[in-house]
Amino acid sequence: MLSDESLKKIEELKKRYQSPQSVVLAALWMWQEEHGWISDEGMRFVAECLGIPAHHVYGVVSFYTMFNRKPVGKHKIEVCTNVSCMLRNSDRILNHIKERLHVGVGETTADNKFTLVEAECLGSCGTAPMMQIGDEYHENLDEAKVDKILSDLQ
Amino acid sequence: MTMEPLILPPITDLRSIDVYEAHGGYAMLRKAFGMKPEEVTDEVKKSGLRGRGGACFPTGLKWTFMPKQTTRPKYLCVNGDESEPGTFKDRQIFEFNPHLLIEGSIIAAYAMGVSTVYLYIRGEYNKWIRMVQKAVDDAYGKGYIGANILGSGFTTELFIHRGAGAYICGEESSLMNSLEGERGYPRVKPPFPAQNGVWGCPTTINNVETIANVPIILRLGWEAYSHIGQPKHPGPILVGVSGHVNKPGVFELPTGVLLTEIIERYAGGVPDNKKIKAVIPGGSSTMILRGDQIEGVTMDAESLKAAGSSVGTAGMIVMDEDTDLIRVITRITGFYRHESCGQCTPCREGTGWMYKILKRFEEGRGTMADIDLLVNIADNIEGNTICALGDAAAWPVQSMVKRFRGEFERRVKAAPASVAPVPAEVQ
Repeated sequence: MLSDESLKKIEELKKRYQSPQSVVLAALWMWQEEHGWISDEGMRFVAECLGIPAHHVYGVVSFYTMFNRKPVGKHKIEVCTNVSCMLRNSDRILNHIKERLHVGVGETTADNKFTLVEAECLGSCGTAPMMQIGDEYHENLDEAKVDKILSDLQ
Repeated sequence: MTMEPLILPPITDLRSIDVYEAHGGYAMLRKAFGMKPEEVTDEVKKSGLRGRGGACFPTGLKWTFMPKQTTRPKYLCVNGDESEPGTFKDRQIFEFNPHLLIEGSIIAAYAMGVSTVYLYIRGEYNKWIRMVQKAVDDAYGKGYIGANILGSGFTTELFIHRGAGAYICGEESSLMNSLEGERGYPRVKPPFPAQNGVWGCPTTINNVETIANVPIILRLGWEAYSHIGQPKHPGPILVGVSGHVNKPGVFELPTGVLLTEIIERYAGGVPDNKKIKAVIPGGSSTMILRGDQIEGVTMDAESLKAAGSSVGTAGMIVMDEDTDLIRVITRITGFYRHESCGQCTPCREGTGWMYKILKRFEEGRGTMADIDLLVNIADNIEGNTICALGDAAAWPVQSMVKRFRGEFERRVKAAPASVAPVPAEVQ
């Protein structure tokens, strides 16, 4: 299920496009916001909302990297390792987080608090190395800064 | 070469509509409504503005491709999917001057008779989407978007469409599919978007920075604008500098500034006064240049083409003398492998093959034959795919081998004796 507020928003968004299918990304965003990840139930629900086949929604979800297809920790840490960040030692940042949280890339901590992933370029090349947690960009990182950010997160 | 910043002027809180208006904001929209739509297009055409998304296509000319007589609605998609490694310029416009982008969008919509503008922004930029959404709401509130704008009789809507993580959606036909709620697969061209775009309707796709230049052209007049920077590729350009420089960042400069000047004067030079080994001039897909090749080269389409690369998104990546270029090209190729949409076999398979070979070099298992195999694969991707991602994956590899062949050869020679090179065909 989605909240009444989201359902209302979906109806409003449909008016912006020639076809309700255009709302699929927005509807999936709402589902992920409310549930943390996109389950089969979520895909079926969004399909029904928009009057499109569930297999189409599955195709969309599996194409875009930002949709979580399994549950993730409370905070998803995305460390950019693309070339500009790599030149400014993003591997050190990534390794530091791995060691600190005792997880590998793609894994979630035992307390379900953090999931660590590697990200492609996030458009933060001038402030490398960086990581994204939620909507927030954490830039010009070093190990001490990472420690502070992670310990501040509840 | 200096220039007063026009896209990112140093004005505090320019994101606020009141501040923007106090500095002459939305006056160019009024000016445009006093002109005929085709006069606006003509102004942009004569200004010489070329697309800032990578292809450098003349913007005014692109606008003239839109049919004048049609019963179908017309659309403008503003491309803010900014995902090319080394590129972080459109984000500055979202954050520091979103109303310039909105004003430019509405002027462009008027010039082309567009009924809806979709501003497509990459999903990761949610923080910036909220900033731009606030600006859009404020512009609606003041009647700069919507029905009968400023009493002109012209009506257009502007909606932000959030992506969900896919580099390929910055390719214009992929962006349109994404907007339609499809997987972001690029479309075969022709038909071109101006004839058959979103929902089969006439559509133009312009980059965020391109659209932000439109009010500036109206303000200065086409002639004065065309005198900024390099005559064949004029105007202000947002140059991003990242990698091994003391002061990385985005700098608004006239086109035609020397790459060496950008690095030394604006980006503060290379740390510890190290030598420059290589420069990627315009985002990861543009051909890499050796440090000694950038002398005398300027940031514009003509000069970079002559130097054997391209201006791309003007996102420069600087690498010092200690950089492991095999690692760089492996990482770049890994990116294109990850982002290939999988429609075309040469790109889907080829990017993976190149990545595997490059990994062999990285691990000291590459062979001399692998160097030629790598180029062979790249040559067979280039030009053989629906969209330019195939080329974008091939060019860095081709240029890296061509300009730094010695790096590959040294890796072969440096292979530890215990690791017997395995012929490529059996792997």
